[in-house]
Amino acid sequence: MIADLLQFARENYNGLVVLAGVSLLGASSGIIGAFAVLRKRALTGDALSHASLPGLCIAFLILRERNLTAMLLGALVSGIVGIAIISALGRWTRVKDDASIGTVLSVFFGLGVVLLKIIQNLPSVGSRAGLDSYIFGKTAGMLRSDVYTIAAASLLCLVVIIALYKEFQLVSFDSDFARSLGWPVYGIDLLLMSLVAAAVVIGLPNVGVVLISALLIMPGAAARFWSDRLHTMLPLAGALGFFTGFIGTVLSATFDQLPAGPIIVLTGTAIFLVSMLFGVRRGAIARYLQHVRFRRELAQMRANGLGPEGSVAT
Amino acid sequence: MTQPILDIHDVTVAYHRRPVLWDVDVTITEPHLAAICGPNGAGKSTLIKAALGLIPMASGEVRVFGQPVKSVRRRIGYVPQRESVDWDFPVNVLDVVLMGTYGRLGWFRRPGKQDRDWAQHCLEKVGLASYARQQIGQLSGGQQQRVFLARALAQKADLYFMDEPMAGVDAATERMIFDVLRELRAAGKTIIAVHHDLRTVPHYFDYVVLLNVRLVAAGPTETTFTPDNLRKTYGGRLALLDAASEAMQAESRAL
Repeated sequence: MIADLLQFARENYNGLVVLAGVSLLGASSGIIGAFAVLRKRALTGDALSHASLPGLCIAFLILRERNLTAMLLGALVSGIVGIAIISALGRWTRVKDDASIGTVLSVFFGLGVVLLKIIQNLPSVGSRAGLDSYIFGKTAGMLRSDVYTIAAASLLCLVVIIALYKEFQLVSFDSDFARSLGWPVYGIDLLLMSLVAAAVVIGLPNVGVVLISALLIMPGAAARFWSDRLHTMLPLAGALGFFTGFIGTVLSATFDQLPAGPIIVLTGTAIFLVSMLFGVRRGAIARYLQHVRFRRELAQMRANGLGPEGSVAT
Repeated sequence: MTQPILDIHDVTVAYHRRPVLWDVDVTITEPHLAAICGPNGAGKSTLIKAALGLIPMASGEVRVFGQPVKSVRRRIGYVPQRESVDWDFPVNVLDVVLMGTYGRLGWFRRPGKQDRDWAQHCLEKVGLASYARQQIGQLSGGQQQRVFLARALAQKADLYFMDEPMAGVDAATERMIFDVLRELRAAGKTIIAVHHDLRTVPHYFDYVVLLNVRLVAAGPTETTFTPDNLRKTYGGRLALLDAASEAMQAESRAL
């Protein structure tokens, strides 16, 4: 592992910067994603990422060059359009949420793939565009300035989450109560979705459209097995996201014929599975041990002729 | 002239053009322990939510202490239905009670030691002091109901809206909740609660609002909670009404 890391740093002049960038992205999307899951908006992140592909391609078609900022802005705009369509469908028609999310996700993604093929067939720029890396992600060949953009955006997201921790917690747990206290629930929700959108968009170049939502969802879901309190769960989700990005980047540098996204996501899956088994709060083993202990106590109580809470059984 | 505590004026609420509340007027001028009663679909929860500004009204106006609800939120407490939240949420009991202080805290500020002490005190009031560090999903239904009550107490409000605070609660817990409500009432607060069990209304509440989309009657329990009004509210379900009027008689004998 360490040898891999050193080799990675030697071979890529900006390898360590990439590593830091993706790890930081993992940390911030882990924390943001944890809130998105608690607010039951996990699928929205998935829809958003798939819906971002056409915007990305359109930005490229307009500029005819690979300008990361412009393409990510395009991605953000079409992602937001996708979300807007989902919420409009929910509001004005009788289409259910999951159906409208599924529809928008596949229509936008299909459109994106078509645009991608058009770009690749352009005589002058097509072959150099390298846009197919946005589908499954790519960490090698990133520019240092790209990484700085990602790092700055991740840090900004982190600062917002930490500053508004109390508000996000309240709205995620009980939005009606929050509203009765006078909190602008709609605005806070909108801010949370903007953070999700930001995490998705800055993660696109590395993890790709298809799998970025896994980076949002898995660290929080894994952290839940270790903790019963948001207070500890969120930093843990950040840490697990950080290591997912870190290990995934190192591994994808080792297997450079494979796209980065799937490797990062598989790393996240491994962390999730370990948490599911060994997590001290809700992990499978912890639950089994609790169950065994409870049965033993029960047998003991019966043997002593005691009922619940020490009352004497009749 | 003193302002009424709660003034619900001409309130109409409709879902998809179907009215669920029609032209409802309720004015409460003195501190009361008030029950909102009515059959299923009568708009009881809707009345509370409309009064709190949680759902839009088609028409009408609600004033609390003579002002629009928006400007007196600090003085209004709320106990939502227990089923309205996910009890698997990763917070402990004290975290939930602390949420009652968030209205006072405002943006960015975190609850301090003083707020935590106060939240712990509110938990003691509902008999859950030793559960402060438990994850909320480990509590029984009645305990969860009391956590919501403690959170409302933490709001230090003057007017409380409670949506079925007694739902799924055993008799002992019900008495305990009412002891807390009576204490609030004795301190000059007003409580307005959706209540289902007609038999216990005369025993616990000194004011009733009988609702069935339209307002049937509102006033002090002894003059308003009559078989006649109940029949108008519930239609012809007599078994239910008999039980209620028996309870009423038992209560007046006891006085």
